[in-house]
Amino acid sequence: MAASPAYGEEKGGSSSLGEPEYGHDPASGGIFASDYKRHDDLKEMLDSNKDSLKLEAMKRIVAMIARGKNASDLFPAVVKNVACKNIEVKKLVYVYLVRYAEEQQDLALLSISTFQRGLKDPNQLIRASALRVLSSIRVPIIVPIMMLAIKEAASDMSPYVRKTAAHAIPKLYSLDSDQKDQLIEVIEKLLADKTTLVAGSVVMAFEEVCPERIDLIHKNYRKLCNLLIDVEEWGQVVIINMLTRYARTQFLSPNQNESLLEESAEKAFYGSEEEDTKDAKAEAASLAKRKPYVMDPDHRLLLRNTKPLLQSRNAAVVMAVAQLYFHLAPKAEVGVIAKALVRLLRSHSEVQYVVLQNVATMSIKRRGMFEPYLKSFYIRSTDPTQIKILKLEVLTNLANETNISTILREFQTYIRSMDKDFVAATIQAIGRCATNIGKVRDTCLNGLVQLLSNRDELVVAESVVVIKKLLQMQPAQHSEIIKHMAKLTDNIQVPMARASILWLIGEYCEHVPKIAPDVLRKMAKSFTNEEDIVKLQVINLAAKLYLTNSKQSKLLTQYVLNLAKYDQNYDIRDRARFIRQLIVPTEKSGALNKYAKKLFLAQKPAPILESSFKDRDHFQLGSLSHLLNAKAVGYQELPDWPDEAPDPSVRNVEVPEWTKCTSREKRKEKVEKPFYSDSEGESGPTESADSEPESDSEESGSSSSSGTSSSSSDEEDEEEEEEEEEGSGEQSEDKEGEEEEEKRKKRKEKGGPWKASPGSVGSEEEEEAEGKKVKKAARPQGKKSHAETSSEEASASESSSSGSDSGTEAPTVVEAKRRKTVPSSKAGPKEISLLDLDDFTPPPPQPVPSSSIISTSLVTDLEGLTLTDTSLAPALLSPAFGAVRTYELLHRMAGEGLSVEYCFSRRPFPGDPHMVAVQIQISNNTDAEVKSLRVSEPKLLAGMRIQEFPEIESLAPGDTASVVMGIDFCDSTQTANFQLCTHTRHFYVSIQPPVGELMAPVFMSENEFRKEQEHLARRGEGKLTGMSEITEKLTLPEKCRSDHAIVQQVTSAANVGRVPCGADNEYRFAAKTVTSGSLVLITLEWREGAAAQLTVNSEKMVIGTMLVKDIIQALAQ
Amino acid sequence: MIHSLFLINASGDIFLEKHWKSVVSRSVCDYFFEAQERASEAENVPPVISTPHHYLLSVYRHKIFFVAVIQTEVPPLFVIEFLHRVVDTFQDYFGSTNVGDQLPTGQLSVVPWRRTGVKYTNNEAYFDVIEEIDAIIDKSGSTITAEIQGVIDACVKLTGMPDLTLSFMNPRLLDDVSFHPCVRFKRWESERILSFIPPDGNFRLLSYHVSAQNLVAIPVYVKHNINFRDSSSLGRFEITVGPKQTMGKTIEGVMVTSQMPKGVLNMSLTPSQGTHIFDPVTKLLTWDVGKINPQKLPSLKGSMNLQAGTSKPDENPTINLQFKIQQLAISGLKVNRLDMYGEKYKPFKGIKYMTKAGKFQVRT
Repeated sequence: MAASPAYGEEKGGSSSLGEPEYGHDPASGGIFASDYKRHDDLKEMLDSNKDSLKLEAMKRIVAMIARGKNASDLFPAVVKNVACKNIEVKKLVYVYLVRYAEEQQDLALLSISTFQRGLKDPNQLIRASALRVLSSIRVPIIVPIMMLAIKEAASDMSPYVRKTAAHAIPKLYSLDSDQKDQLIEVIEKLLADKTTLVAGSVVMAFEEVCPERIDLIHKNYRKLCNLLIDVEEWGQVVIINMLTRYARTQFLSPNQNESLLEESAEKAFYGSEEEDTKDAKAEAASLAKRKPYVMDPDHRLLLRNTKPLLQSRNAAVVMAVAQLYFHLAPKAEVGVIAKALVRLLRSHSEVQYVVLQNVATMSIKRRGMFEPYLKSFYIRSTDPTQIKILKLEVLTNLANETNISTILREFQTYIRSMDKDFVAATIQAIGRCATNIGKVRDTCLNGLVQLLSNRDELVVAESVVVIKKLLQMQPAQHSEIIKHMAKLTDNIQVPMARASILWLIGEYCEHVPKIAPDVLRKMAKSFTNEEDIVKLQVINLAAKLYLTNSKQSKLLTQYVLNLAKYDQNYDIRDRARFIRQLIVPTEKSGALNKYAKKLFLAQKPAPILESSFKDRDHFQLGSLSHLLNAKAVGYQELPDWPDEAPDPSVRNVEVPEWTKCTSREKRKEKVEKPFYSDSEGESGPTESADSEPESDSEESGSSSSSGTSSSSSDEEDEEEEEEEEEGSGEQSEDKEGEEEEEKRKKRKEKGGPWKASPGSVGSEEEEEAEGKKVKKAARPQGKKSHAETSSEEASASESSSSGSDSGTEAPTVVEAKRRKTVPSSKAGPKEISLLDLDDFTPPPPQPVPSSSIISTSLVTDLEGLTLTDTSLAPALLSPAFGAVRTYELLHRMAGEGLSVEYCFSRRPFPGDPHMVAVQIQISNNTDAEVKSLRVSEPKLLAGMRIQEFPEIESLAPGDTASVVMGIDFCDSTQTANFQLCTHTRHFYVSIQPPVGELMAPVFMSENEFRKEQEHLARRGEGKLTGMSEITEKLTLPEKCRSDHAIVQQVTSAANVGRVPCGADNEYRFAAKTVTSGSLVLITLEWREGAAAQLTVNSEKMVIGTMLVKDIIQALAQ
Repeated sequence: MIHSLFLINASGDIFLEKHWKSVVSRSVCDYFFEAQERASEAENVPPVISTPHHYLLSVYRHKIFFVAVIQTEVPPLFVIEFLHRVVDTFQDYFGSTNVGDQLPTGQLSVVPWRRTGVKYTNNEAYFDVIEEIDAIIDKSGSTITAEIQGVIDACVKLTGMPDLTLSFMNPRLLDDVSFHPCVRFKRWESERILSFIPPDGNFRLLSYHVSAQNLVAIPVYVKHNINFRDSSSLGRFEITVGPKQTMGKTIEGVMVTSQMPKGVLNMSLTPSQGTHIFDPVTKLLTWDVGKINPQKLPSLKGSMNLQAGTSKPDENPTINLQFKIQQLAISGLKVNRLDMYGEKYKPFKGIKYMTKAGKFQVRT
């Protein structure tokens, strides 16, 4: 079908061309005609009264736009419909407007009032879409209207509209950058927004409008970190990238000690001696001056809260976290990103392409981290060439003495590939391996020489080039190879290879004195037919030979130079003239002639074969600029670490009180926790990270009470908004139940990351989780991070007792220091912030009933009791989420103002796996400082041991300290007696463990459980039946008849882990006693109604019996 | 971020465009076409192309290039991942619904990934555990590298806001996991249980990698004898496929493909079962084997005609294998149970296992 007749039709004004255009191949011609024709009927349809016709017309128009056809002449007809009631039509009209408003500004103004009306609509979706279109139509005249609309939307009660406001900001900014100041105000306001929906979008706006205003982030930093995991994926990417830059300006390099060492080592190497001594002194002084590095807890917070996102399904998120770790984490921790990056290699080839580029850069700096994944970079014949070449790059970077033989074997396979570009790259790679690893240099060289007899010329040529580079390193040893290559000039035609050979012979003509002139002779013969680069090298060879062996080559050289003199290429003519002047002594040639030999035959440094990815990490990884290795428009430099950390207190947040407890009464089921203790004299449960009953070291999140409270209060905010939305009427179908469900869900989710609040000991736990078995090795590091993270909250000092051997005072010292720097520390509860009170605000004078999680009712909160929460969402039945009971060790009265409580943190005691960790919280309610708090004179029964907590040097009035001590109870519930001493007083105290705390959960499968149970039963029979099995019948009370209630109760009564179970009404748990490690297996069978049967299998009769009692009691409650 | 998007089909027509900011002329795609020409094959077009005023980021799927036009710095993966999601959405949308039948309705749900007011008369939740074996087998039949990647794809049609938990008998097998955003990460960390409010319909719940310590069972072997002779223009070709560690299951859907060297003009082969095609233009040999009967192993034998006068190819062709094994997760991963909370009805639950070949290559 031709276009011309169609045009003819159009000119003739005929509309008879009846071909159906819709769904027509866009590539073919003849479209214009029908476009015109159809516009008439489209106009008619748009003017009709029927929505269905309008919709049909709009669909066709939008389809035209999508195919790049011009539909601008329909503007008047379309814009009329902007006020159409039909939402489908409206949406499509918006699409049209966004496309054409810029071209038809005057007409577009007709629609503005509709949008302004839309901005006031009760439906949040309509408000949002009105704002979206208004900000997208790019009509400069309406800038003031846009500004106003954005400001209003930024205070909208619907977070969705606020999100849209954030989206509109960059659009307005690109339309009129003079609005910047006003927009920054809006950004500032939106940055303070606490909903996850808004966070990503406003940070995006921040990045586009005012990335330099890092000061706007301070107050929102911790909130952003804590919200991060709940933000939608795209927002996560933007936030993580921004926070990477932020961290680079606010924190100190976690690797600074190391880099200092490197620096000084380098100096010692290069510096002259004189300088050195001077330097050394200065160095020593500066080293001495430098404080030991302590990681800012906020820095740690960022690392901790981003880590789970490595598990994201979104490659961009994973990459963002990976680059964050690469740029911000201590060297020892960067390794965690490797696995996630390797996982991305299974994604689409475009993703692989980008990831491999980044891995290539990373693998130069941190080779060790990818070494375990070497095989993941092996190349498949089906990989696209560009992926093959990148993988090759990574493999080469990863090559070292130990794996080089495997890699070379792999390379051998690659060399036979049909993909010649890839083969060439492989040869290059071999060359690089050979230069980097001396051990294999000869092997590689021999291999490459063998390739010289390859049938494929490209392979040979590439080999020649690489061999040339290798030979430059030790030419004397390889004259054989040079000779071999000289012979190749007869056959090999690839210019680059010929040129390389000629250069090599010229350069090392003294090693091949016989052959060199002969080669020149041959080349002189073929000179006129050679390529330019070859000709240049022929001249070069001639010159060198003339200088070293003029007797044999004088005439040849003259001949070559004469040929070159008349060459077509001016470069070659110039070169010939230049060289002739230089080497052939004449009267005119002057002084330079004497130095000709020096000029031509100077020692040339061997080329360094290095990766093109070297030093690319000065670009932020994962960025477009990094990928292109060139600064892209709008790229924000990644700043260098500061030498001195800026004031960390800028990130402290104070929040007015009223936000805290909105409509708390209404939501009794809600996550809640009082913000401060209600009554002075009461000794509430301790506040500490450890009050979260963690079942085992696999649990990686820790809780600090304040973290939880912040989450709850924040949620309140959100829920408020949700309610408001409901109120706005358009979610009328929204069921109460759904809301509820969602709240619960949110709570559960949030429970996670938010609990891991800034100063808590999560870092240690993470490490534990990673390497339970290598715990010993990881310990020093764990300890270090305690020092780093330690701050106000007591939990950090818990860890300080983890090793009594060394450096245990550090945290306390830091803590004390920090406290001084925080002015708000002595202030009342009013200043406790919602989001990060854990960190810089000190705990209130009275211990806060933290117990981490979720209280069932306000009443329990007010009583300040420990929370044995039961009625959570069903999902929350992990032992890890059970509640922890706090016990009193020393009452305030008896302790003369010193009150001490303890709880069983259910975490492995770091120093000794056979000890039960007891978390002790000491509050000083006196008016004076209490000094040198310590444990002394333990009175223990035979076999029992105590690991005291490190002495607390001083405890200021009103302060609370939390420490951990370990007690080996020998698997018995006997009391551990000891004295708690201060500088003035001794108090006799004792700790008696409930039987359930004498064990630690074990993870096993259903089958393992069965096997162990049988095993125990059999052993029982050998002695006396029933020796190792205790069975008791019980009746489940009403409220304990659900899965989660049962699990909850059992795990709160004993530190056991749940074992998966195939049968429906059966629950299994397993644990090992802490001291002897004997198994304790619990089976609870729930029969009909309330009847149930509890079976405990354990070699330890006493423990078994007591456990049965305790569990039944717990379930009966 | 993304300024404009162009969709380009196999014959180089820009058949769809979308502009989010002001219109970028489609002539910007000329830079893309240039790169495409240089790349010779579609898969070798660089995903990121720098032009004087724009950056072109593209993905290639279903023989269509999705080219995004960027003007300023942006993480490339952000765009690439987004484009892939766009393609997924297209596929989802056009796959199930008639185009233009119904515009997607905008909804604000409190759970962003699940619409509100879902209703079904039959409530059902199906989970497919699909594992893929990626392997490179060397000439002698020994394994150079082998890994298992798995996914759990779900089809959940449940009324209301169900809250599901899914637990495994042996969660420790899972070495590296990535989740749909609906999965509660903490719960997984602490208990190794997948707890989530599912999206409505089809979605990928989880992708995982089986820990490298576990030796990967290789369910098939390939015996091959491919010979080019220097002097003759005839080569010998013979391959046999057989079952290895199949846990007693049948291997089906076996497909062998191999890219023959350029010098191969034609092949005359006889299969003992199935059908085979050799495309003399692309030099691609495809053999659709079907099921493997252990009693009578499928084989493909015959000769290759080589271009006269050319030397024998350096490399023997690599054999790519596809296969399927129903009702087996080769890693041994087993779902323990699936529970639903938050809704009263009893849903119908189903779990299916399957093992497939991923990138399974045999070097010869």
